[in-house]
Amino acid sequence: MGKIKLIIWREFITRVRKPSFLIMTILGPLLLIGGISLVVYLGMQETGIQNVVVIDKAHLLTNKLHPSDDIKFYYEPDDISDSVFKASPYTTMVEVNPLILENNTIQVFYKDLPSLSVQNYISREIEKVIEAEKLRVNHVDPATYQRIKTALKVQLFDIDKAGKRSYDQAKAGIGFAFGYLIFIFIFLYGVQVMRGVMEEKQNRVVEVLVSSVKPFQLMMGKIVGIAMVGLTQFLLWIALSVVLGTIGLSFAKDKISASALQEAGPQVTTQLKAQLEQSGASGDQENPNEELGVMLDILHELPIAAILGLFLFYFLCGYLLYSSLFAAVGSAVDAETDTQQFMLPITIPLMLGLFIAQTAVYNPDGPAVFWFSIIPFTSPVVMMVRIATGNAFDHLGELFLSMGLLIATFLFATWFAGRIYRTGILMYGKKVTWKELGKWLFYKG
Amino acid sequence: MLAVENIVKRYGDHLALDGVSITVPPGKVFGLLGPNGAGKTTLIRIITRITAPDSGRVMLNEKPMTDDDVVQMGYLPEERGLYKKMKVGEQALYLAQLKGMGKQEATKRLKEWFERWEMGSWWNKKVEELSKGMAQKVQFVTTVLHRPKLLILDEPFSGFDPINADLIRTEILRLRDEGVTVMLSTHNMGSVEELCEHIALIDHSHVVLNGSVKEVRKRFSDCTYAVEFKGSHVAFADALAYHGELLDHVEEDGNCTARVRLLHGSTLNQVLAATLPSVQILGVREEVPGMHDIFIRAVGENTPATVPAGFTE
Repeated sequence: MGKIKLIIWREFITRVRKPSFLIMTILGPLLLIGGISLVVYLGMQETGIQNVVVIDKAHLLTNKLHPSDDIKFYYEPDDISDSVFKASPYTTMVEVNPLILENNTIQVFYKDLPSLSVQNYISREIEKVIEAEKLRVNHVDPATYQRIKTALKVQLFDIDKAGKRSYDQAKAGIGFAFGYLIFIFIFLYGVQVMRGVMEEKQNRVVEVLVSSVKPFQLMMGKIVGIAMVGLTQFLLWIALSVVLGTIGLSFAKDKISASALQEAGPQVTTQLKAQLEQSGASGDQENPNEELGVMLDILHELPIAAILGLFLFYFLCGYLLYSSLFAAVGSAVDAETDTQQFMLPITIPLMLGLFIAQTAVYNPDGPAVFWFSIIPFTSPVVMMVRIATGNAFDHLGELFLSMGLLIATFLFATWFAGRIYRTGILMYGKKVTWKELGKWLFYKG
Repeated sequence: MLAVENIVKRYGDHLALDGVSITVPPGKVFGLLGPNGAGKTTLIRIITRITAPDSGRVMLNEKPMTDDDVVQMGYLPEERGLYKKMKVGEQALYLAQLKGMGKQEATKRLKEWFERWEMGSWWNKKVEELSKGMAQKVQFVTTVLHRPKLLILDEPFSGFDPINADLIRTEILRLRDEGVTVMLSTHNMGSVEELCEHIALIDHSHVVLNGSVKEVRKRFSDCTYAVEFKGSHVAFADALAYHGELLDHVEEDGNCTARVRLLHGSTLNQVLAATLPSVQILGVREEVPGMHDIFIRAVGENTPATVPAGFTE
């Protein structure tokens, strides 16, 4: 036991001391948060001012559309030719046919495809005007229409959960995030295990080592040591992200509340009153307070402790399962280029798990999700989704089956890998085939 | 000290060792010889408990060897190396601790060795900054640092220049004088003659030769003598008659040295008695075959060395 501790410590400390570890630890959360910020920022950015010319053949829209900061509307009563459009400063041309009230159709011609938000803005503006026109033609009072118009909200309840609203999809998304973390971790650190084994073999240090310790100890020491490197990095990432996230959030909050106040002003109170009267059946607008409440509800409903505990379980067992296979591959080959043929059967189930987990977000109760959350090679990723939605707790038998199978499989995998490993590390200059690996299993050693 | 009893080891269809038994006497240097692929490395790996035999056993001091005995052994494999990115001192400490040494004790002994071999300045260097010879010296130190009772050296001189090879040679003999049993596997027959008291020769998974070097050389001596005399070699050859066969002769400064092989159970006395009247005998000495010749004769020039792919030796 003392020896295996020494090995774990060496594997851990030599990696943690590397400058690359420190760089990755600092850069990881920065990249993550930076990446998210960039996506959000780019999503908010428009592709410059949009000059939209409306060919208003129905004579309904002229001067009735509200321009925004980035979208300006111009009006033409009749067709303009393509060449004129091309030469004009207009970016988009909207053709409104005379029968728009019947066919509800417009045609949009563009030079550069307008972004989705621009498209939505244009269609929303036109919709409003057309709707108003229809109300007028049909002699309907707009206020009456607002009362009649129904935006149906579907609230889902799981009958087994005492009539609480369920947010399965949001929770499944959280579960998927956990599963994705497991996937990334297994891949990153599993490959590190493989590299480490290959390094010892290429250095020829391995035969010196196995004259002091058992090959199995050497392999397990490496796997556990690298797992500790990963966990350390993880904890540091979480700590850093929390710090950075708090700073970022407080910054963002200041900005949002300031702009919200500016826009809403005194209207807020009246709006709220109106909503109270309508008892929730409000119009288009989502109440931001309600959204926040939903988020809190979800957080409240998630069994955080159980999720974190099970996350750690699937995380470690999945890693142990795959990293021992990676170790076996590393021991069997002489050079990295030879790893391909053995890597594929390892990476395929791992990728498959991720794909299934993705579908599980939309359909957590499907048969594919069930099976792949039981099969040990995919269960660490897929089961996380079921755990987050609470589905796994409703079927405890399945959860325990999955966990038991995973433990059994990783025990078998380490045994299996150990047998390949102890032969492989001492084998040089031989092109290893699957058949050969099979033989190694039965060598006495 | 060490007794290997009837070891059989099979890798798939390949029989690596077939009923191998050898005895290594304590406090001596024992040479393990054999052509490539004969099974030497497999045998060493079984002794060092890296692999297990299919049958047979290894006895250490009359007791079956156990896993705890690995700390009594120091093993320098032929395929050896160190972590390139690790510092010399740190690495030596790590390997020493894996052999069960305490950190302080290991540090103390390492400092002694480093001082003795003038390697003090290497302590904080990475192994990749050392030359191959320097790394080999570090490797040798890590092999013997825990004061093993049984030292197993596989081609210990490879990678050393003559000066350092001498250093290692002296060290091996010093350790032997301190009571360490040394098992030496090498293809360098010169160092076998120089260092080994006993040898075993393995060929095609079997021990084909076993015993003390003296005894083995005697066994392979084919009654050839170098006779130095004054006189005509023709007269000498005539006088030999049926007692011996003149293999060749060299004339130098009026003296002649002839190599004679005895024939038909004749004795050296008979040869001398027959030739004394014809020439003036100056000296006679037995020509004992060198280990090189013995190796070639024992293994046979025509046996193809079948090296199973993947097994390095």
